[in-house]
Amino acid sequence: MLITDRERLRDDIAGWAGRYGRERSSLLPILQEIQKKYRRVSDHAMQIVADLLGIHPIEVYGVASFYSFLSLTRQGKYVIRLCRTISCDMAGKESVAQQLRNDLGIGFGQTTPDGMFTLEWANCLGMCDQGPAMLVNDKVYTQVTPQQVNDIIEQCRRAVSVFATHNKEH
Amino acid sequence: MSDCKEEPRAPRSTWISQVKTPADAGAIGATVTANIDGQDVKVPMGTTILEAAVKLGIRIPTLCNHADLCVAGVCRVCVVDVEGQRTLQVACAYPIAQPIKVRTHTAKVRNARRHVIDLILSDHYGECYCCARNNNCELQSLAKEYGVDFYRFGHPDKAKYEVDRSSYAVLRDMNKCVLCRRCVRTCIDLQEVGVLEVAHRSHKSKVETFMDKPLGEVICINCGQCINRCPTGALRANDPTYEVWAAIDDPTKHVVIQTAPSPRSAIGECFGLPPGTPMTYQMNTALRYCGFDKVFDTNFTADLTILEEGTELLLRLKKALVDGDKSVKLPQFTSCSPGWVKYIEHFHPDMLDHLSTAKSPQQMFGTLIKTYYAKLNNIDPANIVSVAVMPCSAKKFECNRPEMTSSGYKDVDFGLTCRETAQMISEAGIHLPDIPKSDFDDPFGTATGSGVIFGATGGVMESALRTVIELVTGKKVEQFYDHADIVPIRGFDGVRYAEIQIPDVGPVPDLLKRYFNDWNWLKGATVKVGVCHGTANAKRVLENIRAGGKFAECHFIEFMACPGGCLGGGGQPIPTSPEIRKARANAIYSEDSAYKVRKSHDNPAIWDIYNKFLTDGPCGHISHKLLHTHYTARGKYIIVV
Repeated sequence: MLITDRERLRDDIAGWAGRYGRERSSLLPILQEIQKKYRRVSDHAMQIVADLLGIHPIEVYGVASFYSFLSLTRQGKYVIRLCRTISCDMAGKESVAQQLRNDLGIGFGQTTPDGMFTLEWANCLGMCDQGPAMLVNDKVYTQVTPQQVNDIIEQCRRAVSVFATHNKEH
Repeated sequence: MSDCKEEPRAPRSTWISQVKTPADAGAIGATVTANIDGQDVKVPMGTTILEAAVKLGIRIPTLCNHADLCVAGVCRVCVVDVEGQRTLQVACAYPIAQPIKVRTHTAKVRNARRHVIDLILSDHYGECYCCARNNNCELQSLAKEYGVDFYRFGHPDKAKYEVDRSSYAVLRDMNKCVLCRRCVRTCIDLQEVGVLEVAHRSHKSKVETFMDKPLGEVICINCGQCINRCPTGALRANDPTYEVWAAIDDPTKHVVIQTAPSPRSAIGECFGLPPGTPMTYQMNTALRYCGFDKVFDTNFTADLTILEEGTELLLRLKKALVDGDKSVKLPQFTSCSPGWVKYIEHFHPDMLDHLSTAKSPQQMFGTLIKTYYAKLNNIDPANIVSVAVMPCSAKKFECNRPEMTSSGYKDVDFGLTCRETAQMISEAGIHLPDIPKSDFDDPFGTATGSGVIFGATGGVMESALRTVIELVTGKKVEQFYDHADIVPIRGFDGVRYAEIQIPDVGPVPDLLKRYFNDWNWLKGATVKVGVCHGTANAKRVLENIRAGGKFAECHFIEFMACPGGCLGGGGQPIPTSPEIRKARANAIYSEDSAYKVRKSHDNPAIWDIYNKFLTDGPCGHISHKLLHTHYTARGKYIIVV
């Protein structure tokens, strides 16, 4: 990691610590902010957080490794989480899963080489009556069909393509 | 089925949580009656069922519970049946808040416990007869207690994890871990070092270091307190007995061993004796029987440490008080505990200048054996193998420090823990309590009572004060303290503070004439000293010093990494508890009072070595080269690649 990157990370974390306080209870919100901005909670970030909150890095690690929405390795820009619990399974999650694997060319638990997508399983999104359910970053998709998968992925790609930036600038 | 209507499906347990109004309103904090297995006991409110049962002499098995640690309630071995509760409750974590009836061995309870044990065994890899904790394992004895005669839920036949051998001191075998979290609570709460924590979730949870790095690469101070509290063989000390036996069996090697004071008061526990049975002289015979050529007493260099550290303190005081030298750092910290030294190197590297440069007694002895002793007996130091029996796992790291080679060789080749020594002795076919006594070997002879009390917290300070008071005032310590027992700094309080008056000064002894002309600058002075044990307390004291508190005005502070000092060290027999440590301390202090010579500077062998070998006196050039060391500012950043 470059020194400038480290300094940026330190400044960011110090800012969040200022906002959420330096108590033990501020740990999760700070980690969530780190995850949101850097798509991972790095070992370096964990040690900075520990230092600022006056706890041990190992305690931060214990928390960061516990929650599945915090990741130690860098995730893609879009994290797709497909529900694998029984209602979604019976509603046909497997064909959706297969479509996702096909379209992205990766398996569950993996990230595409271009860093765009991470594919993960989720355990119940609370959408049991509208399965199969899928979460793309913060957005929930219900009653997903394999045909829709293609559209959803395409939407994501378009949102960050060169055209998207181009349009925004004008 | 008819009562289904009356009983809602909401958990029944919520009924009982509505605490019935106590007999009188002021009863909060009062006593409450618990009925356990038909016996009544009055206990203060908030007492756990387990504590109440102990009061009645009723045994409830435990695994994750430990006297030194906070409540965890994770292993579920101590479940009991509480009347009115739908499910079984954990006795160690159930505070009694109202009169309750408890049954500790109903069929339901016995079945549940047996299930818990069976489930733990289904994930506990390894065979008991090739385990370091065979016969001293809490899981093994639980299995026996509950009559486990087959693996109900199977037994792993393959190791899941590789044994972590990266640390000089502590070996981690996570295949044997039962996730009781005792090591976690020890490391984070008791010692506040923070090496181990449970990572991940559910069936994937595992006790890990930061980013699951090898133990040798994280910020571990090697204190070994986790070993002492591990119920199974998941954590153990790095055992060099094979190498030591090989050296003994090699006829070209001259194998010498030094024994520290703490193991003597504890090694009997490995042979079934009650804690606090001194075994000093039996151990000498046993070690000679094992094949060690010479058995020396580490207390000799403990006495030497006192003279070196005491002189260093007086020099620092003079520089600061008389010469007005601002660069001199006070208070001076002791440097005998290698766990503490590594702690300050990691966590407070900017305060390393406070640390006395004197080596620990073990390393001083190692240097002297390969220089003074080798010369005296015409032995090539290359052929000397120097072994140390220590109550400590951090000593294994210390003797492997690259700077510990001032004799030109590795000063101490192997550090043995008390447990490993007991292992060697029983391997030689000796039952320790049954063998005759014998004394230590010359030229270092028997040391003083001051050396012995190094083993207990406050001991280094007491020894140093005995010597400094006598050297400065020229009077006997007995005139100030009855029987030379400096009681204010004894005991097990985590942090202690004392002030010692120097009302009058005497002539400067010959030994120190090269540094001081007179003691007049100390006349009427008050020496302020501090004592603390356990790195959590050390942290408090260091923070106090940074904040300019009471301890910033101290002149000399003793730090010990382990709770209770060396006698509670990570190399001592397992188990440990406040009572056991107290018994060991009593043994140490009673041994001290039995010595004829009880002050380090009265040890004739010390005068001998200053006359013959360290000819320019304490803190002189030769002693600086051989008996002093330097420290590394390590910091606490963990590099992950």
